[in-house]
Amino acid sequence: MDFSAISPVSLIVSLMIASTPILLAAIGELVVEKSGVLNLGVEGMMIFGAISGFIAAVTSGSPLIGFIGGAAGGALLSVLFIILTQYLMANQVASGLGLTMMGLGLSALLGYSYAGIKPPASAHLDIAGLSDLPVVGPILFSHDIMIYFSIALVAGVWYFLNRTKAGLILRAVGENHDAAHALGYKVIRVRLLAILFGGACAGLGGAYLSLIRVPQWTEGMTTGAGWIALAIVVFGSWKPWRVLIGAYLFGGVTILQLNLQAVGVNIGAAYLSMTPYIITIIVLVVMSADKKRASINAPAMLGRLFHASK
Amino acid sequence: MTPLLRISGLTKAYPGVVANDNVSFDIQPGEVHALLGENGAGKSTLVKAIYGLVHPDSGSMELNGSDYTPKEPRQARAAGVAMVFQHFSLFEALTVGENIALGMENAPETKALSARIRTVSENYGLPLDPDRLVGDLSAGERQRVEIVRCLLQDPKLLVMDEPTSVLTPQEVETLFHTLRKLRDEGTSILYISHKLDEIRQICDHATILRLGKVVGTCTPSEETPKSMAEMMVGTTLTAPKKTAFNPGPVLLEVHNLWLESSDPFGTSLKDVNFSLHAGEVLGIGGVAGNGQDELLLALSGEELVEHDAVHFKGEAMGDKGPNHRRVRGLQTAPEERLGHAAAPDMSLTENALLTAFEREKLTSNGFIQWDATRNFARAIVEKFDVRTPSVNNAAKSLSGGNLQKFVIGREIMQNPDVLVVNQPTWGVDASAAADIRQALLELAAKGAAVLVISQDLDELMEISDTFAVLSEGTLSKVRSAQGVTIEEIGLLMGGTEVSHAPA
Repeated sequence: MDFSAISPVSLIVSLMIASTPILLAAIGELVVEKSGVLNLGVEGMMIFGAISGFIAAVTSGSPLIGFIGGAAGGALLSVLFIILTQYLMANQVASGLGLTMMGLGLSALLGYSYAGIKPPASAHLDIAGLSDLPVVGPILFSHDIMIYFSIALVAGVWYFLNRTKAGLILRAVGENHDAAHALGYKVIRVRLLAILFGGACAGLGGAYLSLIRVPQWTEGMTTGAGWIALAIVVFGSWKPWRVLIGAYLFGGVTILQLNLQAVGVNIGAAYLSMTPYIITIIVLVVMSADKKRASINAPAMLGRLFHASK
Repeated sequence: MTPLLRISGLTKAYPGVVANDNVSFDIQPGEVHALLGENGAGKSTLVKAIYGLVHPDSGSMELNGSDYTPKEPRQARAAGVAMVFQHFSLFEALTVGENIALGMENAPETKALSARIRTVSENYGLPLDPDRLVGDLSAGERQRVEIVRCLLQDPKLLVMDEPTSVLTPQEVETLFHTLRKLRDEGTSILYISHKLDEIRQICDHATILRLGKVVGTCTPSEETPKSMAEMMVGTTLTAPKKTAFNPGPVLLEVHNLWLESSDPFGTSLKDVNFSLHAGEVLGIGGVAGNGQDELLLALSGEELVEHDAVHFKGEAMGDKGPNHRRVRGLQTAPEERLGHAAAPDMSLTENALLTAFEREKLTSNGFIQWDATRNFARAIVEKFDVRTPSVNNAAKSLSGGNLQKFVIGREIMQNPDVLVVNQPTWGVDASAAADIRQALLELAAKGAAVLVISQDLDELMEISDTFAVLSEGTLSKVRSAQGVTIEEIGLLMGGTEVSHAPA
């Protein structure tokens, strides 16, 4: 075994790449859940974003248009969820599961002829001087734009939820939709926008997978990332920065165990593959162990249907 | 003088019921105007129309002489109409300041708003800390949040829907003090309440609604509560008859009962002790949220406690579940009718089965005896005058009062030795409430013991033999209900709250 083959700097760089799809999907789902909606279709919207982003990028030759396409694809699929749960009053859990299955199937169909193609490469930040610094350069100044965007998005969501009136209204709708309605706020409209945002974020996360992380299209390539994103939102107690920690932790352990497998550590590969899931869950459970605080931060209306006539 | 608000010929119909039928009345500037009526008389629909939450089918409203047709609450607020809701429209997980900001059109910056909340709330004798979570506040403090939210917008008309139903007598005094101050400053108040004593104290005029129609107006200070109640109901009322109390053997003994609340905003029970005798009606008063729900859960067996904490007919059963207790004759009827006492989407027959299957032998070898169950449900409906088309109707299709008669009747029909009820007449109209109280008294007269948890002091005084108060999870000493004054109870209810509340 040669642990010196594992370089800490490249480990950190690759963990950020591995974490970003989950982070994007999770921060979107956080906003959705804060508005009181439980959308279990994250996995489906991610994979649909992965293929629609891939097609957009390959067809146009521009990775930026690819990401826009991915976000649009995720949002498009979430429109179906909006129609079902906000207008037809369908059960959110069943609709979300249906969305996941539909996304998986639809993306396989659309992506059939795109397997094995290479997407256009994305630009990396390259600041003369800064990006060439040892250690700090690769860790801070030479990522692709989406990584900076995803961190900015976490900060933006935090600011939106905690510092703006619109964010306060969104939290209020998730806390008590009847009271919000009685005060004259448009519950359905707030939720509609939140679900669209969540769909776009999930689609963006999927597009990041197919355009940067892998980068190519394979059927079922999200391999449960959407479910991990959902779990991270809950165990991160619906707090943006905790979601970021959770996503990076999961990505970090994933990369670490892959490196350990590569250097031939004497632990069964199956056990190593398990570690990201187990460690992420343990850490986040410990963080949200205070039952009272966690239950206060959970949106009280999560998964409940709202009907104005009541 | 131009009235502040003139309502002319307002009509609103829902499928199957006309909630408001050609309602007309005026509210003058600077008066406290009462709107009286039974449940279902159409008061709530009417105030929702004034606040823009409901759009009337026909009729018109004028505010200060000009046409007033609010499409949504925002427009009503902009026109100077503010409302304090019956069930608080507050967000428990948000702070006082955030809650208030949500109810304002142009909320200022957090800091400026906090400062204004402090000044306004102090001015009107309703002190509030803008940074506290609403979930941690008492019912009285929550209402202050609602009122301060309204006051910050300088309303011309303040609508209050059942504002005192969750307050201690001292808090009611504070509220009235604030309302009088507001009225003297020229604000009109539309005041909705069941409590006729309060109406007489605070209101200048009253409009009485029955089944959606205006049936009369009066000057409350010139009427008696009884005469107003009869105008509301349309018939003469009789108070339930109470027999003399001869304590029998102890049926239920609660000893050193501690229970950690599982609700993050709940109240834990701290060392509760009392005993209940055959033939006794024990009334437990106190403001909601002081451990009432927890006490009911500990007695019903939904929350398990120490083995020795609950003794029923000599058997310790603190760690036994609801079925064990029901079979032996310890029955309960919780406060929340839909979703706790009854399953909303299930029929009355199925609901009858849920608590009665063992004592009434409605199952055999694990199979439901549907005929017997239907007969049992029909017997409840008949004996307790539950108004329903049939026993196959879903529980949620019944009105609150009828469903309450059903769930209490279901327990009484099983001849319990001890019956525990929480808020038996909450949101129930006067005649149904009288029936329920009468049924509880008859049960006690037959030798059972009844524990009534209620926030309605008049109700407790009417039916209790003995009386205690639950405050912050602690139960006061049980004393005879005879000769207790409302002031004494109020002091017990408020706990430590009273000492620093301004009079």
